[in-house]
Amino acid sequence: MWHRLVDLFTSLKLTIICLAAAMVLIFAGTLAQVHLGIHEAQQRYFQSLFVWWPPESRGFKIPVFPGGHLIGAVLLVNLIAAHLKRFRLAWRKLGIHLTHAGLIIMLAGGLFTDLFAVESHMQLAGGETKNYSEDGRGMELAVIDVTGSDLDQVTAIPDTVLRHDRTIDYWSLPFRIVVRNFYQNSRLKMLSEAEDGARPVANQGPGAMIAVQPAPRATGVDERDVTSAAIEIVPKDGGSLGTWLVSDALGAPQTFSCGGRTWMIALRPARYYKPYSVTLQKFTHEKYAGTDIPKDFSSRVTLIDPERAVNRDVLIYMNHPLRYRGETYYQAGFQKDDSATILQVVHNPSFIAPYVACVIVAAGLLVQFGYHLVGFSRKRKAALA
Amino acid sequence: MKRFLPGLVLLFAVSWIGANWLPHKVAKDDVDLTKFGKIPVLVGGRVKPLDTVARNSLLIVHGKQELRLEGGRRLSAMQWLTDVLFNASAADQYPVFLVQNAEVLGLFGWEQSDRKYFSFIEFSPFLKQIDEQGAQSEKLESVQRSAYQNAILNLRNALSLYQRLKNSVQPEGAENFASELEAFENSIPAAGRAASQRAAGEDFDRAKLDDVVVLIQRYERLSEMAYILAVPPLEPNGQWHSVGDSLLRSVGTGEIHPVVKQYALLGDAYRAGDHSMFNQHVNLMTAWFTKEHPNAAKRTSFEFLFNRLQPFSQSMALYVLAFLLACFSWLGWNRALNRSAFYLLLLALAIHTFGLVSRMYLQERPPVTNLYSSAIFIGWGAVIVALILERIFRDGIGAACAGAIGFITLIIAHHLAGSGDTLEMLQAVLDTNIWLATHVVAITTGYSAMFLAGMLALIYVIRGVFTRSLTKGTADSLARMTYGVVCFATLFSFVGTVLGGIWADQSWGRFWGWDPKENGAVLIVLWCAIILHARWGGFIRQRGLMIMAIFGNVVTSFSWFGVNMLGVGLHSYGFMQKAFPWLVGFIISQLALMAIASMPLERWRSFRTGSVSPRHPREQKLEPTVAGA
Repeated sequence: MWHRLVDLFTSLKLTIICLAAAMVLIFAGTLAQVHLGIHEAQQRYFQSLFVWWPPESRGFKIPVFPGGHLIGAVLLVNLIAAHLKRFRLAWRKLGIHLTHAGLIIMLAGGLFTDLFAVESHMQLAGGETKNYSEDGRGMELAVIDVTGSDLDQVTAIPDTVLRHDRTIDYWSLPFRIVVRNFYQNSRLKMLSEAEDGARPVANQGPGAMIAVQPAPRATGVDERDVTSAAIEIVPKDGGSLGTWLVSDALGAPQTFSCGGRTWMIALRPARYYKPYSVTLQKFTHEKYAGTDIPKDFSSRVTLIDPERAVNRDVLIYMNHPLRYRGETYYQAGFQKDDSATILQVVHNPSFIAPYVACVIVAAGLLVQFGYHLVGFSRKRKAALA
Repeated sequence: MKRFLPGLVLLFAVSWIGANWLPHKVAKDDVDLTKFGKIPVLVGGRVKPLDTVARNSLLIVHGKQELRLEGGRRLSAMQWLTDVLFNASAADQYPVFLVQNAEVLGLFGWEQSDRKYFSFIEFSPFLKQIDEQGAQSEKLESVQRSAYQNAILNLRNALSLYQRLKNSVQPEGAENFASELEAFENSIPAAGRAASQRAAGEDFDRAKLDDVVVLIQRYERLSEMAYILAVPPLEPNGQWHSVGDSLLRSVGTGEIHPVVKQYALLGDAYRAGDHSMFNQHVNLMTAWFTKEHPNAAKRTSFEFLFNRLQPFSQSMALYVLAFLLACFSWLGWNRALNRSAFYLLLLALAIHTFGLVSRMYLQERPPVTNLYSSAIFIGWGAVIVALILERIFRDGIGAACAGAIGFITLIIAHHLAGSGDTLEMLQAVLDTNIWLATHVVAITTGYSAMFLAGMLALIYVIRGVFTRSLTKGTADSLARMTYGVVCFATLFSFVGTVLGGIWADQSWGRFWGWDPKENGAVLIVLWCAIILHARWGGFIRQRGLMIMAIFGNVVTSFSWFGVNMLGVGLHSYGFMQKAFPWLVGFIISQLALMAIASMPLERWRSFRTGSVSPRHPREQKLEPTVAGA
């Protein structure tokens, strides 16, 4: 039994089957992007253990094909196992060993990135300063105690909690939050403009005059879900402060009082706070003369970090990111009328893995093929002699 | 005769090329459009000769770089442009606009017939309608548009381009523009005085002011419509302007730019039919540019030459001829035909290289910057590797591959050139020579190698199944070549793909985003890996290797073109929709050949037991088990 397992996991057939499965998966996942959008296709095909059918939960789901994580894991195990079993220290094998070692580093690095990398963005208008970046998709319900004049206490509840938990009971809040409704993607309309029979989901604040309609998830590259929720504030010592509508579409936070303190709530993109701040001095958008073709985008920002006594100007532009304290800032985009710049902020501790892997695999391939080539030309010379 | 054949063939080819390269003599009493065509202008962000603008514009509007009129008269692109710029009423009559879609024709109440080309005059009653329909189509993504919507949008854009060209160096239909400008220049001081008098509340000469105001409005329109920025800067780091823009600025400086005046004089001379006056002014302009902007003048002069030579068309012809000669060499006279093919290929490669390097010089970039140049480079790379194979094995196979791939890639490139300037400026994120020179070149080299391996496999299968010429020696040769080229492809495809990831990491913060183009690249690497592992494990032998190499053609064409047609991701190009049926046809042909190759080996004509090909007495008799399963 054990032998058969070992044979299975070290077999070349398994390698070929995995590689072929990877090709089919990548091909299917690429075609799927046309109607699912890149993000959704990525999650379903490449960042999963299985590709499930049917896609939307209909009460049951069956796996139809191994997903990216499963194939990657089996390939990694297969590669390591095969090498452990058949490892032979020989110059002849150097090329193969290097190539495969590099591949292991790359696969492992890819897995690390999938698990640990955090991508967010920072939008800055001219002169604006921020010490946080925002998540592209994840929202948070920010419950802020604004009573103090110099300090706000923020309790941030991730949207995943809102989606799954009915009641949120947290030590920092003197009230419970009961999630009456949660809409991953929604459309908001003033009651006066909505269809007849539409009723508001809230009875406090601006939400009392807004009708909410659930919508299918956004799939385009530049589209984003407009998340909304109807939450009831229930003080821990009894009573109810009503049901409020919080939404990505509602700009301003809403205020109420509880336990002698003033609170604000807002549903906003999840924030990642940093111990330093970034201020936009100037955003430049150069075009080629007489055209609309973009030539260069650049943002000149000031980086202020009191902890490390840093206060300097940095130019962030295409292919030249800012790397600071484990995070990298890229010039990603801008608002339509050049009024604000959008920087992509990436935290990826295993970013070095692909660089290292590339060098090692390239060296391995060169050695391996060079070896064959030399052998071939020697035979050729001998044959022609 | 046989001994002299290679030399004769080469001589013939060189003289044919040479005849093409000799400059045309301009007839003494004709307008010197050669000199005029070299005049530098700024279009699309790049300084280029008028000739390039003429060719590209005519290509966009007409689908060709030459105009054929009724009665057999032919107009070069430059002749057409000169009429458009200076003699709009004549140009409006030329049937240049290509319309083939029946629904578009139906919009005007025209029935579909043999006529494909229509003149501007014929469209003038419908311009507003075309504009509205075009604007509607533009709202959709290109993959969502129907054939009609694409066609009407193309027509609208062509008509718009045409009108902008008519109003680039002078207002459309202006007569005696030079005297108009003189009057304008003379009235500026008086108008200025009148304006300040008015501002001070004093009495002023209204007529003097009104004259200039009318002209200013005219030139504002000219400035808005201009496609060509014809007026170079007077200061070293200044900007190019359109004629209209420059005239508006003259109000402030009081002087009209000398080049603007020259264009006006040119136009007047051309309309009057005064050819010697026209040539005189072209000479003056050329002298001015050579003195004030020597760099631009030199480069546009070279680009004019490059346009005229059409190096890629020439090498295309040579590649076809070489391919035929190489194939014939398998039937007889093999040494003579083989060498002839080889010499022709060297000549074709030299011209191909000249074209490639010229583009690099003109664009000041590494060789591959867009889809068009990728096709040029893929052909170039594959031909070089195939010629190396030919030199090693000397059996005509490398030569045949070089000829076929060279020809096919240049045809593909030719069809990719229809959307405008192939030497276009690069979008911001591509503005980096390092990555263009490393990632892009590596990936395209990988493509070259995959196509070469596929071509070798096709030769193996076609010769083996349909002819008796696949002897053991040839089969073994082909197998070695294919394997070697697949190894080469693996290395370059892998390195190219990873370099692309590293570039993405530097640019966007993520090494891998599962973008369709990225996926296409990794599919090639995976397929190469499967081939190598399957061969190493003994799961495939010669025939299996060939079938898999042919499938490599499918994977590579999907990666090169297919992913651009999906309409998603960072590398999506809408204009690819026309190529879709070709891609599908190609893939089907490759799958069919794979199926044919899967036939039992005994059925292959070359492997039938006991068959000794009488044409190859020197090759050994083939045994059925030799070529493997």
